[in-house]
Amino acid sequence: MNPVLEVSKLSMNFGGLKALENISLDIFQNEIVSLIGPNGAGKTTFFNCITGIYTPVSGDIFISSLPQKTEKENICGLKPNIITKKGMARTFQNIRLFQNMTVLENVMIGRHVRTHAGIIASVLKLKKTRNEEKKIVDDSYNILKKTGIENFANEKASTLPYGAQRKLEIARALATEPFLLLLDEPAAGMNPAETIELGLLIKEIREKENISILLIEHDMKFVMNLCDKIFVLDYGKKIASGTPDAIQNNPVVIKAYLGEDFDFDA
Amino acid sequence: MFKLSEIIKSIAVSAWFMFLTFPILVIKVNTYEKTIDWRWKNMILIGIASFFLSFLWRYMLKQKEYGSDKKKSKASSFFKNTVKNPKFYTSSIVLILCLIIAFPFVFSIYQTNIMTSALMYVVLGLGLNIVVGLAGLLDLGYVAFFAVGAYSYALLNHHFGITFFMALPIGALLGAFFGILLGFPVLRLKGDYLAIVTLGFGEIIRLILENWNDFSFGPSGIANIPKPSFFGINLSIYETTTYMYFIMILLVFLTVFVVNRLEDSRIGRAWIALKEDEVACQAMGIDKTKTKLYAFATGAAWAGLAGVVFAAKTSFINPASFTFLESAIILSLIVLGGMGSIFGVITGAFIFILLPEYLRAFSDYRMLVFGAAMVLMMVFRPQGIIKKRRRFYKISDSGGKKQR
Repeated sequence: MNPVLEVSKLSMNFGGLKALENISLDIFQNEIVSLIGPNGAGKTTFFNCITGIYTPVSGDIFISSLPQKTEKENICGLKPNIITKKGMARTFQNIRLFQNMTVLENVMIGRHVRTHAGIIASVLKLKKTRNEEKKIVDDSYNILKKTGIENFANEKASTLPYGAQRKLEIARALATEPFLLLLDEPAAGMNPAETIELGLLIKEIREKENISILLIEHDMKFVMNLCDKIFVLDYGKKIASGTPDAIQNNPVVIKAYLGEDFDFDA
Repeated sequence: MFKLSEIIKSIAVSAWFMFLTFPILVIKVNTYEKTIDWRWKNMILIGIASFFLSFLWRYMLKQKEYGSDKKKSKASSFFKNTVKNPKFYTSSIVLILCLIIAFPFVFSIYQTNIMTSALMYVVLGLGLNIVVGLAGLLDLGYVAFFAVGAYSYALLNHHFGITFFMALPIGALLGAFFGILLGFPVLRLKGDYLAIVTLGFGEIIRLILENWNDFSFGPSGIANIPKPSFFGINLSIYETTTYMYFIMILLVFLTVFVVNRLEDSRIGRAWIALKEDEVACQAMGIDKTKTKLYAFATGAAWAGLAGVVFAAKTSFINPASFTFLESAIILSLIVLGGMGSIFGVITGAFIFILLPEYLRAFSDYRMLVFGAAMVLMMVFRPQGIIKKRRRFYKISDSGGKKQR
């Protein structure tokens, strides 16, 4: 079976700064994979590279949305909207919702890529377009229900509590029907109860929707409990990879984090 | 009630205004007798007026901060209930329709003419509203597309005898084409940079029209542009004016219909999302390039359409009609009326175009009044006279039903 995402020797420079150097990683279907590393290690840059916001200097990014087949597709350097269309959706570290739109409308934007009505169809509003519109609203509402924020449907996105805003970002990404969900620090700023709830939600997304998940996170407890596999970045280089247990006991990782003993269970 | 500190503040304000207006309102050079008149009376008047106005200003600011949530409840809920009452709603629509139809028969040609140009600005405003209000792309050269529409009718008629009704879709299409032409180079630009480039584009179109004599007949313009014909019948001046008025009414209805549909569609939502956050918009799979070009093209198409009507209405056009001031007027009527709100733009257009016509007596102070009105609007009601309403979707578990 092919990995759903296979990154090979990805490099990215900003001027003289090597933000990423020969990063290789792969994610298989239904895996929850985490990308960790100290601040400034290049995690978000990595996300931006594979989602098309930055164009990598070198390297390849292969995806195969149907891992049973052997075909894989290189998406390196494509535009972000094309990559989303191909089935990779992301959230942002600093929440980037459409603040003045309602919660439901935010999710409806996610449906954009799977619907078709153009200008002329929108003006004429024939039966096909009307049905499509209705389906957009229904589908979006169902996604809100799945993420548990349907009560806020008609609220302005900016008025939502912080945890719900994070969830809305996930809901919006789910609306694009991805096979791989990329979460950039989904638990940042959440209280412990919200974090546990988020973990359950992520597991549920994996089980019910068959979506693989790659996430960046600083909350070690959260990562260790949730993930099947962990990749560790430091100064733009991959310094370790493996199961949570292996990572916890890896001296290189501990050194990168603290330069001394570091208690992962803290 | 009045604290000492407030009185001191007001004294400071009045002193500042006396100082500011000193050179204009106090010193007057009498060039005939070569003496200087000192009009101290003016200074005192300014001082007293600004002293009291500053109290009013502070009072209103306080009201705005304090009362924005609470004050609404009683007065506006009564108003809302009346508006929402279906009886009131249908009867008011019938009344407005009657007014619209009766207008040219009740009022003089002069009034009908003014009304027609106000309606033209409604179409222009709604078109620009797509670009600025929905997609959030600040376009300061919008008048260029208006010029494209006007010249396309004038020139096509001059050379090939194209009639008004054939020119309408051609003008709209050419407008849209030029919209895309402008759109391409500015795709990467945002905010101030975009505004500057569109401003330049508007000037380029105007300068081309002014200087390319062989093509556009230069600054002398094109005269004798025929009015639309009514199935080949010759109309009197009065009848033509009425006819133009009704054509414009139909166009306004068409524009409102189309813009309303667009706003409430997949494309419209993409525009609003683009205005909110470009990066997130792309990450959600919206093609930024295409969406922006759609906005420029649909916005410009309405300007092209209005341009054709303008050429027919005035029967003479020259580049002087398409200066930056026109763009600024269209933009300010959107801002004044309420950005993004269709009803707001219509209100803005009427206020902006009709008021100056009816207040000709004060024409010397027109710009002064407008300036003051804009400043006051931005301070006390930055969202415009009529705020854009948010859409609500009524959802039942079996299926979604939408409610405006």
